[in-house]
Amino acid sequence: MRENLFTDLAAAVRADRSGQWLLYGLAAILVLVPLSNALTAEASALHITNYTMTLLAKYMTYAMLALAVDLIWGYCGILSLGHGAFFALGGYAMGMYLMRQIGTRGVYGDPLLPDFMVFLNWKELPWFWHGFDSFPYALLMVVLVPGVLALAFGFLAFRSRVSGVYLSIMTQALTYALMLAFFRNDMGFGGNNGFTDFKDLLGFNLQATGTRAALFGCTALALGASYVLCRYVVSTRAGRVIEAIRDAESRARFLGYRVESYKLWVFVLSAVLAGIAGALYVPQVGIINPGEFSPVNSIEIVIWVAIGGRGTLYGAVVGAFIVNFAKTYLTGAFPSVWLYGLGGLFIVVTLFLQHGVVGAIGQWRSTRLRGAAR
Amino acid sequence: MPSPRCFQSVLLIVVLGLALPRGLFADADPVTNTTGKPTLASLIAALPDASYADKQTLIRDLVELPDRQVRGVLSAMLEGNLYVRTSDTRVFIGETEGEGVRLIDPLTGRTAGVVSSDALNPVGVNNKLRKALKVALGQLDLNDPDAGLRLKAVQEMLRALDAEGQTVLRARLGQEHDSAVRREIQVGLALADLDSAETAVRLAAVRTLSSSLNPDVYNRLSAMLQQSSDGTYGESDPAVRAAARSSLRVIERYRAFYAGIQTLIYGLSQGSVLVLAAIGLAITFGVMGVINMAHGELMMLGAYTTYVVQLLMPNHIGASIIVAIPAAFLVSGLFGIAIERGIVRHLYGRPLETLLATFGVSLILQQAVRDIFSPNNRPVITPEWLAGSLQINDVLAITYNRLYIIFFTFALFLALLAVLKRTRLGLDVRAVSQNREMAKAMGIRTAWVDALTFGLGSGIAGIAGVALSQLTNVGPNLGQSYIVDSFMVVVFGGVGNLWGTEVSGNALGIVNKLLEPYAGAVLAKIFVLVFLILFIQRKPRGLFPQKGRSADA
Repeated sequence: MRENLFTDLAAAVRADRSGQWLLYGLAAILVLVPLSNALTAEASALHITNYTMTLLAKYMTYAMLALAVDLIWGYCGILSLGHGAFFALGGYAMGMYLMRQIGTRGVYGDPLLPDFMVFLNWKELPWFWHGFDSFPYALLMVVLVPGVLALAFGFLAFRSRVSGVYLSIMTQALTYALMLAFFRNDMGFGGNNGFTDFKDLLGFNLQATGTRAALFGCTALALGASYVLCRYVVSTRAGRVIEAIRDAESRARFLGYRVESYKLWVFVLSAVLAGIAGALYVPQVGIINPGEFSPVNSIEIVIWVAIGGRGTLYGAVVGAFIVNFAKTYLTGAFPSVWLYGLGGLFIVVTLFLQHGVVGAIGQWRSTRLRGAAR
Repeated sequence: MPSPRCFQSVLLIVVLGLALPRGLFADADPVTNTTGKPTLASLIAALPDASYADKQTLIRDLVELPDRQVRGVLSAMLEGNLYVRTSDTRVFIGETEGEGVRLIDPLTGRTAGVVSSDALNPVGVNNKLRKALKVALGQLDLNDPDAGLRLKAVQEMLRALDAEGQTVLRARLGQEHDSAVRREIQVGLALADLDSAETAVRLAAVRTLSSSLNPDVYNRLSAMLQQSSDGTYGESDPAVRAAARSSLRVIERYRAFYAGIQTLIYGLSQGSVLVLAAIGLAITFGVMGVINMAHGELMMLGAYTTYVVQLLMPNHIGASIIVAIPAAFLVSGLFGIAIERGIVRHLYGRPLETLLATFGVSLILQQAVRDIFSPNNRPVITPEWLAGSLQINDVLAITYNRLYIIFFTFALFLALLAVLKRTRLGLDVRAVSQNREMAKAMGIRTAWVDALTFGLGSGIAGIAGVALSQLTNVGPNLGQSYIVDSFMVVVFGGVGNLWGTEVSGNALGIVNKLLEPYAGAVLAKIFVLVFLILFIQRKPRGLFPQKGRSADA
């Protein structure tokens, strides 16, 4: 560990021009969106509604998730088709806290048990629900649960050198198994319906504009912080080794690097980021259910990264925004077109846009520069 | 010159021919003819004038006759379809036809015209007679030469066994040769004996029942051992209770054995579904190394092809499945070739990109099916020859579709194996998969082989879809639910190894079924998935890894 983390972080960001633009953009949103929401009149053209603000916050949590995937796929070559599982686990941990906060305001008014447990005739709180009435404990679980799962899974998988498509299929099986498990009522996570009907967070009403703006701010800060962290990680010496593993795993191993350890800790870091993103997602969207574990969701994350441009970090953020904006627009305007659009994107991007949107822009700019120089 | 015997029969025919239409014997002594023995004709002719008591005797005599017409007469009488024509007091079996009644001569079975019901009087029956008729019919069937009919008659009688029925059955037991019928009678009588007041009879009955799988037997024996709240048992005698306990133990052992067989077969059939889903993938993924996420959707196309074929030939549902198999092979195969030519071809050597692009294809196919057909499940009819079940004994019944799927999958597997090992295409496929450059150098058109291999794997997926259409709902999500499972089966069996796929699919199916009673279907599936994840960590190359250098990809 070097002396000053902050100078290192700053140095990492200074070397990253596109990333700086991204951070400026984030900062602008962070200030302008809540301001516009709070200060301008509702009829004004500049007014940003609560709905739009929450939607933007949702996109930002997705962007964090995309960052997490880009960190392992773009830099370490691990294609996880189960990252939605870590996102959902983080979300469930936050959801459990929010469920406990409902207290006697539920339909059945039970001070201890959430509604679905009363409905299922449960008599007492299961052991794993204990402690979730405390916010710090819930935050700890948001980090720990995805982290420990990733640690166990990664430890086993990387140690036995499962890689490539095999690892992808394993991760897919993992999220699929979790989905089946969370669908069961006996698991104590609300089964099919998951958690919803949240009331407040730390005593603030979740429906209130102020709370929404605060959550929006937290999300923007979290996204920015994650970006800086990821940028720092890939700019260190260890980051260089991780890239080497992506490009020539055997060669890195022969050079004496402990490939498994590098892969493992970058995988765990990525899972934790995904879990935090999930925890930010749940209070703003207001629901979490086992559908989040579905393998299709996880594959969709990968496509955000691919479309934005893998191995760039800022590309992942851009991709998540573009695809989700298109999804919101298309599912509203032409519901049946969305899947054609998404499917088409998968094909077009893999066949023609190997470096994604940011790669295409970069290429266009460099050809223009070369043209100008000539 | 005609012999005397011949002359006699001619005379007999003449006599009968003269006698019957006129109802000659109705005037004479009602139940006997000239020889003193009753005949069918004489007994029937006696019916109209007989009192209820007389009819009782007549029925008993009718049963003794060897004539096959007796059954028809008795059952018509039981159902109130035996009539007397008022004009000449002749007896007919009647069938309602429009306003009137069609008369059938009970002796010849010929129609004797249709008359108004006013011209007829039914042969009267009371409750006592009905009972006698039922017993008589049962007795008739009991003596039928067809063992299957006898068995049915015994079962019918056992449903409500009275003292009289017991006597009949005991009598029959002495002369019965068919072992199944004997067994049925013995069990039935023993069940009746359980109510006997004599301890020795009950004891014997309990011993007889020790190897019966009849659910009634199980319930009765269990009831005997049940202790009620006041401390008394269903059976008062301790010796009989002990015998019942040991009989029950034997029965339970049998039941467990058959339950095991059932689990095995159900597991095999579930495994066969997995193999079906995975076997096309074993070609595209296992042999070519292409991750085709649209594989499930190719199965879905096969299932929808079945649906369309049934729409096109609604009058030949039985044959539709047979037609659908090649049709689905073609449809899915052509789609597969299109996918290979259009997309996969450009992505060889980049497996992760292939995975994403084919996933895009799967989304498009799903949405296309949703738009063309409907987002809802489509009804695919199960032909009659696939429905029903095979009843092996009282506790083991296996539905035909489970049996068919096992055989069908195995046949498909063998066919695929034959294609790969015995045909020119198979040789080319193996050559290209082992060493692409060398194959090319030897003059094999690798691009063409790639397309055909992918088409073959996809076509097999289509055939699997036809089979799945008989087992699950045919909807846009059909493919998605199998994709994770089928990849797991291929990886578990060892990539590039068809036998591995077959074995691993069936093994997973059986394990799943074994776990189900303890854990429930969903949890069993989760356990299997977790087991697979852990297994792949231990043996990344699957159960049967390919040996040699070709495996180091």
